Amino acid sequence: MMNAVTRNPEAISEASAPPVKMRARKLDFFYGDSQALKSVDLRLYEHKVTAIIGPSGCGKSTLLRVFNRIFELYPKQRAEGEVLLGGGNVLDRSVDVNLLRARVGMVFQKPTPFPLSIYDNIAFGIELYERLPRSELDGRVETALRAAALWAEVKDKLNASGLSLSGGQQQRLCIARTVAIKPEVILLDEPCSALDPISTAKIEELIDELKASYTLAIVTHNMQQAARVSDYTAFMLLGELIEFAPTTEIFTSPGDRRTQDYITGRFG
Amino acid sequence: MNRVYAKRRRRNFIAMSCATLATAMGLGWLMLILGALLWRGLAGLRPGVFTEMTPSPGSAGGLLNPIVGSLMLTAIAIAVGTPVGILAGTYMAEYGRGGRLTQAVRFINDILLSAPSIVIGLFVYEVMVRPLQHFSGWAGGLALALIVIPVVVRTTEDMLLLVPNQMREAAAAIGAPRATVIRFVTYRAARSGILTGLLLALARVSGETAPLLFTALNNQFWSLDLNAPIASLPVVIFQFAMSPYDDWQQLAWTGALLITFAVLATNILARLLSSRGSAKS
Repeated sequence: MMNAVTRNPEAISEASAPPVKMRARKLDFFYGDSQALKSVDLRLYEHKVTAIIGPSGCGKSTLLRVFNRIFELYPKQRAEGEVLLGGGNVLDRSVDVNLLRARVGMVFQKPTPFPLSIYDNIAFGIELYERLPRSELDGRVETALRAAALWAEVKDKLNASGLSLSGGQQQRLCIARTVAIKPEVILLDEPCSALDPISTAKIEELIDELKASYTLAIVTHNMQQAARVSDYTAFMLLGELIEFAPTTEIFTSPGDRRTQDYITGRFG
Repeated sequence: MNRVYAKRRRRNFIAMSCATLATAMGLGWLMLILGALLWRGLAGLRPGVFTEMTPSPGSAGGLLNPIVGSLMLTAIAIAVGTPVGILAGTYMAEYGRGGRLTQAVRFINDILLSAPSIVIGLFVYEVMVRPLQHFSGWAGGLALALIVIPVVVRTTEDMLLLVPNQMREAAAAIGAPRATVIRFVTYRAARSGILTGLLLALARVSGETAPLLFTALNNQFWSLDLNAPIASLPVVIFQFAMSPYDDWQQLAWTGALLITFAVLATNILARLLSSRGSAKS
């Protein structure tokens, strides 16, 4: 049984696997004294979508929050181990956390537009790192909104508040905002859990388009969603990575009994 | 009718009556106060009130010098109190959240918030008026600032704490440094609340008398010199209302009317701002 667990990721990396963009290695995570991740090893392949599934509290969101070090906003949380990106360990103290977050973007569960206009929601992120003439900035904002499939809906009201949009539009605005700063990796933390089915379908379509340019990781509670959007799936349980394999494999012939129990709905 | 139900209805009637009566009591006094102010104050309200100086007993005059003096003192208080209050509140909500220093500051701030204002007046008298050997507008403004600060600290911290952490995370997630997140995202999200706090502080100090008695004192003549004693509406009202002269008493009523309605207008403005802010988010 344990063999099945470790065999899968290794097998993928040896054989036909695409290049690895980002990798967690021997990653432990602590909320104060309680350990939330136990020696997790996960690869994100370049230009692929990796879904992370598992029951509530299994550590999947925590894992995502290590990749861009967003957990560091809270003093009692700490990660040990390595997260590799482009050869370096991003957990290293010498890595500037803001520059890292510009490379590894994140979209959250609840849409969180800033209390700014639609235009400024996107320009804000760009102007953190670039000084552009107005015309060029306009172009970048438009490109980002187009990439998030939102341009047609908002092009006539760019000065309206971002908060005036519907939930699904707000979430796409958040994706546009993330895309605008040209990250390499995009982390999606249950991006559709607050949305209706139509908005969800739009976001899923978008994820499919985005993987041409970015590497994506998505945490989701919805197994159909994982099956629809992802190329690889990681199943987590109680802070451990139980199984990692191509999505088709995980959902048709899981290697671990616990994975099978979960995806057939026996728990979680 | 069912006996249990009848009993409950009776109790409900009694409780409702008590609540209505209590509300009427509270509102009634307020209406009486406003009514008396309007009745007595309007009688003396004429253009001269805004253009003439405070008179000596028996001659005609207005309230121009205390009105201008009050505006100046309040302006100093807000100008000093706002930055200190907002910066301290920002530290407590954004940087030192849950820390020892924050807890200590909050505790002391709460004491300051409820300190009798006459104590604040005496304090400023001791540290400023006595060493400098004279009463002054600056001392009065400082005393009022000490009342503004705790109000602004409290509302700033409360309003910033209301901004969801997700908003801060989202801004941090696109690579914004903490100071940028605060300036461009959290302040904006909390703007109407913080502004409301400022207006409430303004309303509070514009009616304060006690802290000015030992600091700004009073001045019967036109003066814009903040190094000298300066007139203010509350102190003039206090002095004139206690006097035996009819025309002084009339001016005190009119002054009270002006202050009350200025404070009322500020409060209504604050209420409008905060309701608009909460409707938006």
